[in-house]
Amino acid sequence: MNRRDSLKALGLMAAGSGILASSCQTGDTNKEGAKAVSDKLPGVQDFEHERNLALAEEKFFDAHEMATITVLADIIIPKDETSGSASDAGVPAFIEFMVKDLPDNKLPMRGGLKWLDIQMQKRHGKSFVDCQAEQQLALVDEIAYPDKAKPEMQQGVAFFSLMRNFTASGFFTSEIGVKDIGYAGNKPGVWNGVPEDVLKAHGFEVGPFFG
Amino acid sequence: MMTNYQIKESPEVYDAIVVGSGAGGGMAGYILAHAGLKVLMLEAGPFFDPAKDALQLRMPWESPRRGASTTRPFGDFDAAFGGWQLEGEPYTTVKGTEFEWFRARMLGGRTNHWGRISLRMGPDDFKPTDGETEAWPITYDEVKPFYDRVDRMIGIYGTVEGIRNEPDGIFMKPPKPRLNELYIAKGARKAGVPVIPGRGSVLTEASPEIKGRGVCFYCGQCGRACKVYGDFSSSSCLVIPAMKTGNLKVIDNAMVREVLTNEEGIAIGVSYVSTTDMQEYAVKGKTVILGASACESARIMLNSKSKAHPGGVGNSSGLVGKYLHDSTGASLSGFLPQLLDRKRYNEDGVGSVHIYSPWWEDNKKVGFPRGYHIEYGGGMRMPSYGFTNWIPSVNDKVKGPDGQARDKGGYGASLKQDYRRFYGANVGMAGRGTALARKDNYCEIDPNKVDKFGIPVLRFHYKWANEEIAQAKHMQETFQSIMHEMGAIITSTIPGADTLYGLEAPGKIIHEGGTTRMGNDPKSSVLNKWGQAHDCKNLYVVDAGPFVQQGDKNLTWTILALSMRTAEYILEEKKKLNG
Repeated sequence: MNRRDSLKALGLMAAGSGILASSCQTGDTNKEGAKAVSDKLPGVQDFEHERNLALAEEKFFDAHEMATITVLADIIIPKDETSGSASDAGVPAFIEFMVKDLPDNKLPMRGGLKWLDIQMQKRHGKSFVDCQAEQQLALVDEIAYPDKAKPEMQQGVAFFSLMRNFTASGFFTSEIGVKDIGYAGNKPGVWNGVPEDVLKAHGFEVGPFFG
Repeated sequence: MMTNYQIKESPEVYDAIVVGSGAGGGMAGYILAHAGLKVLMLEAGPFFDPAKDALQLRMPWESPRRGASTTRPFGDFDAAFGGWQLEGEPYTTVKGTEFEWFRARMLGGRTNHWGRISLRMGPDDFKPTDGETEAWPITYDEVKPFYDRVDRMIGIYGTVEGIRNEPDGIFMKPPKPRLNELYIAKGARKAGVPVIPGRGSVLTEASPEIKGRGVCFYCGQCGRACKVYGDFSSSSCLVIPAMKTGNLKVIDNAMVREVLTNEEGIAIGVSYVSTTDMQEYAVKGKTVILGASACESARIMLNSKSKAHPGGVGNSSGLVGKYLHDSTGASLSGFLPQLLDRKRYNEDGVGSVHIYSPWWEDNKKVGFPRGYHIEYGGGMRMPSYGFTNWIPSVNDKVKGPDGQARDKGGYGASLKQDYRRFYGANVGMAGRGTALARKDNYCEIDPNKVDKFGIPVLRFHYKWANEEIAQAKHMQETFQSIMHEMGAIITSTIPGADTLYGLEAPGKIIHEGGTTRMGNDPKSSVLNKWGQAHDCKNLYVVDAGPFVQQGDKNLTWTILALSMRTAEYILEEKKKLNG
C-alpha cells in the first residue's frame, strides 16, 4: 500500500467510525464535551466508559461554586480579539468533570473557593462573585504572582495556581482553544521537514539534514 | 450439593501453544503459522485490532478528560490497555526495594503503544568488554541475519552511520528533524554529544516485501496504534497476518495459570482461566512457547510446579526470576527562547524519534560500565491535559513581548498571550541506559498472596546500585551542558544526589528483562542459546526473559530477532524428529 492507499483506507474507516466527521464538527464545546461522555468510542474499554458515565452523573460543585469558578476562569482566560473566553469554551463544566475524575483536587478546589469568599467577606462583606470586578481583580492580583505574594496569601496562591492550570488546560484543549493556539496537525499529510522560510529565519541551511 | 467445578479440556493437540501476543509471542506465532504448524495463541487481554480500535486522529475534546492519564498511564488516547497497576492483579515488593510492573492486557501487548524506537544491540552488547557485565552465549554476527530479516519484514527508518556498537540496518528514509530538534542537534554537538537521525519501525516508504500495511501519513500518534498499520504493532504486523494463514488461532481473555507437564517433565500444554467466564481450561500442545513478558513468563514457570519440576518448570537452576533488569532513565526539561512566538505549521512528523544520541563516551573516563542513549522531545504537539502547566511558572524567565521584565504567573490577556507565545518552545531530553543484570534483583512468587484468579502473585526485590546512579548523574550533567549550548532555559528542578539524580524507579522505563536468562551452562542459566529450557526440552521463552544483559538499546528489535531465531530452531528440531 502506498500513501494514497493509506489515506483511502483511512477515509473509508473514518466514514464508518466518524473520525473525520467529528473532527469537522463545530459549535458548542460544552455540548461536544457532553457528547464525549455519552458516546463510547471504539477502543474505549467498558470499565472506562462506565466510569465516564458515572462521573457525568455525579454532581460535585453547587451553583454558587460553579458561578465562582466561571468568574475566575474568565478572569484567567478572557475573551480577546483572537478567541472567546474560558466559559465560552466550556471550561467550568470541564473543571467539574476533572475534580471528579481526579478526586484529589476536590478538596483543594472546594476549600480554595471558600478561602476566596472568606477573604472577600472580610474585605467587602460579600462573597467573591457578588463583589465589583475591581474588587475581584484586587484580590486576584494578590494571589496570581507567586513571587510577589505575601506569606499570609500563600494558600490563595496555591489555589489560584491549580485553578489557572485547570482553566488553561480546559481552554486550550477545547475546539476554540486548539484553534487559538494554532495547533496545525492531526491530519493526514507528508512531513518534509521544517519549512524553508522558517529554516532561514532561524539561521539554518535549507539543504542539509541537520540544517 | 455438588459444585460444578471442572477443567474444560480441549481434545485437539496443537503443534505449538504460544502464551502472549506481544513482540516475542507474535513473531513466534507468525513464523510457525507460516511454516504450516497448527498454533494456538493465548492472550490474557481482549482482541485488539488497531484498524478498528486505535484512538488515532481524535482531537483532545473527544476525551472528557482531554487526554489526562487517569485510567491509562500515557493518557486517554494511548493504545495500552493496562498500566503499572491492574485491578485485581496485584504484585508486591520486598521492603526497602522497589519495582513498577507495567502490563498491557490486549492483543499485541505493549507493542500497540510503544515508542517504535528500534535499535539493534551491538557486538559489545552481546560480548561486553567492560569486565563487569556478562556475555551472552551468542554473538552479534549470529543475530545479525535475523535483525536484517526483521528490518525487511517489518520496516524501519534510519541512516547508515558505521558506528561500531550501534549497528546499521536495512533502512527506509528517516523523517527530517523538527525545528527544536535542529537546535538540539546543534547544541548537543557543541557539547560533544553526537546526534544522528532516529531509527524507528514506521513505514516512511512503501516496500514490495511489506504487504497489507499503509505508509505513514505523519500524524505523530504511533502511541495510539495505527489504523493503516503504518508502524509496527505485533497485533497488526504479526498476529492478524498469522491468523490469515488459517494456522493460528487466538483465544483472548485467557489468563495462563501454568505449564502442564507429564511424569517425565515434558510440557504437554497449559491451563488457563477465562477472564470473561472465570471457567478453567486446559489445552494440549507439542511445544509450549512463553512470550508473556519477562516477569509474567517467569511467574508462569515458577507457578508450574510438579514432581518433575519441584521448583517450577525450567527452574532446576533456581534462576527463574533472577537477574531482572530494566533500563535506567532520567530526564530534564527546558525551553528555547529562540522559539517563542514561533510560526505555526504542522510538525507532527512520525510518532517515533526523529533524532537521538547513541552512546558516545569512553567508559574509562566516565567511571561506570556501559552507557545510555538520549531521546529528545518538544515542539508544537497536539494540545492535551496539562500541556500548558509549565508556562505560568517560567514566564518571568524572559522579557515580555513589550521588552519589559515581568512577574511569574499572572492572569488575563497577558497570560493568554504567554500561553500562545511559549507553545511549542519546550524541549526535553531523556536518557535510557544499561542497568546491570544482577542476581539479587529478582522477582519470585509471593508466598502469601494470590490475584483475583487465584494465581500466586509476584514479589519483587530490586535496588539500584552505584553503577546506575553514576549513570544518572552523568545524564544530568550532559543534559545541562546540551541545554546550555543550545541556549535553552532549564525549567525542571535539577535533580541531585537526594533523588538519585532523577533516576526513575526500576520498571518505569518498561524494558524489563533477564528473568529466564540464556546460557551454555544449565547451572547458571535457565535457557540454552536457542531460548529452550535446559530441563524441559519442548518449552521455550521468546520475550525479554532470555536476555543475559540488555544494552542501552530498547529491547523490542532484539526480542523480534531472537524470537524469529527460536521459532526457526523449533522448526528445525521438528524436522529432525520427523526424520
